[in-house]
Amino acid sequence: MTITWDGPQGKILPVLTAPDTVLSTVGDEVDPADPAVVQLAADLVATMRVSPGCVGLAAPQVGVGAQLFAVDVTGHPKAATTHGAFVLCNAKIIEASRWKAGREGCMSVPDLTGDVKRAGRVVVAATLPGSGEEVTVTTDAFEARALQHEIDHCAGKLFLDRVAGAHAIYQRKVYL
Amino acid sequence: MDELAITVIGPDRTSIVADVTEALAGVGANLTDSTMTRLRGHFTMTLICTGPSASAAEEALAPLEGVVTSVRSVSAESDKTDKGEPYVVSVHGADRLGIVAAVTRVVAAAGGNITDLSTRLSGSLYVLIAEVDLPGGSADELAEQLAVAAAELGVEVTLRRAESEIL
Repeated sequence: MTITWDGPQGKILPVLTAPDTVLSTVGDEVDPADPAVVQLAADLVATMRVSPGCVGLAAPQVGVGAQLFAVDVTGHPKAATTHGAFVLCNAKIIEASRWKAGREGCMSVPDLTGDVKRAGRVVVAATLPGSGEEVTVTTDAFEARALQHEIDHCAGKLFLDRVAGAHAIYQRKVYL
Repeated sequence: MDELAITVIGPDRTSIVADVTEALAGVGANLTDSTMTRLRGHFTMTLICTGPSASAAEEALAPLEGVVTSVRSVSAESDKTDKGEPYVVSVHGADRLGIVAAVTRVVAAAGGNITDLSTRLSGSLYVLIAEVDLPGGSADELAEQLAVAAAELGVEVTLRRAESEIL
């Protein structure tokens, strides 16, 4: 099943950085049929597309405390399964397995990276903006990690909340 | 055997590690545990070594330029076995005075022992990650106390169990 985004053209929004408090706020559930939600979904896709290296962007990163995010890992060398560019509302992880550590960064924490353990395979239940169709996304590897990172954003969590230990954060040398 | 605890700090440049360890090796110092890193452009080293007297180590390090050193004798590691349960505390938020003091005081009051800690200031974002050993069964209460302290500081805190070894 394809879940690729085919909604309206969005506008590019500024991306907030920590310690902005919106990034630490638990996002509200959204009504996928709400035109404002559909517009925000389009804006997230548009902003993600113009941000070099960006493979996911959640509503809190553009200042909206809501459970909505865009993901697109197409063409990424670490991606195995990919579902194109898509947006999910009210996503929940219903299965997680194959836990593995990996280095993560975030547009909202531009100068640091950290080692975070994530599931290498997830099943995520969500609804699609616009149609409100319920979908179950089964994915692995890099796309699974991206989904977990974005679902964390929607819960007011950053990768900094999950780093493995005192020596698991690093100064980023180059940001794309 | 007694051990020496040595600290070295100075503006980062090439060959600090080679200079310091060569000087120490020259007086028979055998390095055991050490940690070395760069903090905002300062290269810092903390070393434990065995072998020479404190005065011999001090004399060997004295000629090094551009670094501040200290040497002291310490007793060898005790056989402490009561380690508690390993947890990781993450704190992040807007930088302000006293974050580390407030958070670590809450951990200490709960009987938690900090075994490793690092902080980073990145723009206005302050990040503290601490590894702590907690008395059995104390984590839930500590999590509540940390949440109160974090709210007063205006920062975010999470407490979670550290990964245990698989093999």
